[in-house]
Amino acid sequence: MLKYLAKRIGRSIVTLFIVVTIVFCLLRLMPVEGYFANYEKMSEVQIQAGLQSMGLLDPLPVQVFNFWKGLLTEGDLGVSHVYRQNVPVKDILMQKLPISVQMGALGLCVALLFGLPLGMLMARFKGRWPDKVGTALIVLIQAVPAAVYYLYIQMYGTSLLNVGLLFNERKWQYWILPVLSMSLVNIAFYAMWLRRYMVDESNKDYVRLARAKGVSENGIAFKHIFRNAMVPLIQYIPSGFLNTVVGSIYIESLYSIPGMGGLLVTCVQKHDNTMVQGIVLLYACVGIVGLILGDLLMVLVDPRISFGKKEGGR
Amino acid sequence: MENKDVILRAQNVNVKFDLRGKMLHAIRGIDLEIYKGEVLAIVGESGSGKSVFTKTFMGLLDANGKITDGTIDYFGKDDGTPLRLSDLKKEKDWLKVRGHEVAMIMQDPMTSLNPLKTVGDQIYEAVVLHQGLRGKEAKAKAVEYLRDVGIQEPERRYKQYPHEFSGGMRQRVVIAIALACSPKILICDEPTTALDVTIQAQILNLLKEMRVKYNLTIVLITHDLGVVANVADRVAVMYAGDIVEIGTAEEVYYDPRHPYTWALLSSMPQVGVKGEDLFNIHGTPPNLFQPIQGDAFAPRNPNALKIDFVKRPPYFEASPTHKAKTWLMDPRAPKVDPPAVVEKLRKGGL
Repeated sequence: MLKYLAKRIGRSIVTLFIVVTIVFCLLRLMPVEGYFANYEKMSEVQIQAGLQSMGLLDPLPVQVFNFWKGLLTEGDLGVSHVYRQNVPVKDILMQKLPISVQMGALGLCVALLFGLPLGMLMARFKGRWPDKVGTALIVLIQAVPAAVYYLYIQMYGTSLLNVGLLFNERKWQYWILPVLSMSLVNIAFYAMWLRRYMVDESNKDYVRLARAKGVSENGIAFKHIFRNAMVPLIQYIPSGFLNTVVGSIYIESLYSIPGMGGLLVTCVQKHDNTMVQGIVLLYACVGIVGLILGDLLMVLVDPRISFGKKEGGR
Repeated sequence: MENKDVILRAQNVNVKFDLRGKMLHAIRGIDLEIYKGEVLAIVGESGSGKSVFTKTFMGLLDANGKITDGTIDYFGKDDGTPLRLSDLKKEKDWLKVRGHEVAMIMQDPMTSLNPLKTVGDQIYEAVVLHQGLRGKEAKAKAVEYLRDVGIQEPERRYKQYPHEFSGGMRQRVVIAIALACSPKILICDEPTTALDVTIQAQILNLLKEMRVKYNLTIVLITHDLGVVANVADRVAVMYAGDIVEIGTAEEVYYDPRHPYTWALLSSMPQVGVKGEDLFNIHGTPPNLFQPIQGDAFAPRNPNALKIDFVKRPPYFEASPTHKAKTWLMDPRAPKVDPPAVVEKLRKGGL
């Protein structure tokens, strides 16, 4: 298992290297105006001198080498040129990242805390009122555009909790509404899939045997079905946590939260090439680590899956 | 059988299933007594109601099925009080019966164990539920059951998962789980169907051993008549939701009376003549959605009498232990000889 894991991580590093290098090369094809804040007012000579000083006129392999050297030795991602002039990309990300991750992680915790029990309850009382109420809730959350109920939550929530419209990081009351908004979709997701997988499991032979040996229906639901139904779900949880770095563009702008939401889009629009480069690197890392952790969790939960024999099963 | 204590008595049991508003009459008035300590085999083709009938002993009918008529009484409780199983409704009441009084082994050992729990845990669960033991004691007991069912190195195997066991070994584990419930009656629902032939014999032998060791009454559901000849004390032949013939294994084997039993025996590959086509029973089983007039087997019976299509036959006794539901046994009926194969069986066996 350790050997497989080492192999897996090694391969992920290669993948990461390739992805980032390709993005780096592609960004070199972008117009050079993204490197200067006041491009229109500059003369041709100034531009050439600027590019020269940033090392952008070197041959491409040299540029790639320098980029990786800087990244690996000093963690240097370059400086932003347009988004916030001459501020290191790393500093911008470090400033915005924590709040998005905290908010997202809290939202996911809330989602798991409510979604899983809801799904379990729905499966246990399939076809009866808890199931029907739960289904109605899920349909409501998924069918109504999120923007609509985000607005309602903000409108009524702020007056109910007696908090202002604008987010204040230092007061816990201000966290409730955005976290709640963020968790709703995930609550529906986890409840719906857990219910579905539990219902699937409950028709299997081993459940019949458990019933025949005298295990109560509650015992069957908790001790037998729940864990088995979690196997297909559990691999998405690490990705869910890690994806919080992306931030939520809508919720963050609604409450004016200074997070990651929409940062990539903004930077692409502004042709801020170094920022795009840094954000893409971050997203790629998160995606790859999420997949590895997901697979690792699956192995921990399901003894039938072994890393050693069936490698690359996914 | 010298010991004639009745452990379970079914009287005129009828089971109906509600299938989208249409009623399926799956069990049509079964009378049966099961004796303590015997191996009773129930044979019959798919859909004859073998499994459904035994499921009523444990309250395991699907939600759309229920006992519409008749009674099932259980006499095996430790304190000796009879228990009317057909009246139990609540899950709480059934939990006292399931496993503890009646346990069940299912057909497919590949799917009847929880893949995410160790084999030991699954036996342990039964020990804890039914023997009032906890912790180390219960674990020791579970290991003992593993050893009993013939699993080598039980301590090591205890910690393994079902996928690390072969099919035959898994069926042994399933048997260990059933034993760990310490039941009085063990229902084996086609325990060997999913296994290959050499393993089948081992499992049947194991069941025989366990019956003696744990004082079990075994109800063996099968459609393999070879299995029956080996292990059963008595045989009940089911057709279309009713027991059409019941007797000791010898009687049903060597002196069958019901035309359906004749047909069933004739269609065994073992008794057929080499080079000849294997016998098959013409027609299809009756449609249980509609009421059945007369003998359910009459339309497929080449020797059917007129009365077979009009009136349902009662039991006629061939001996105190042997009876069959066919008008052919009525003294007024014309004499019909059983098919040649049955004559052959009668004379010299297989």
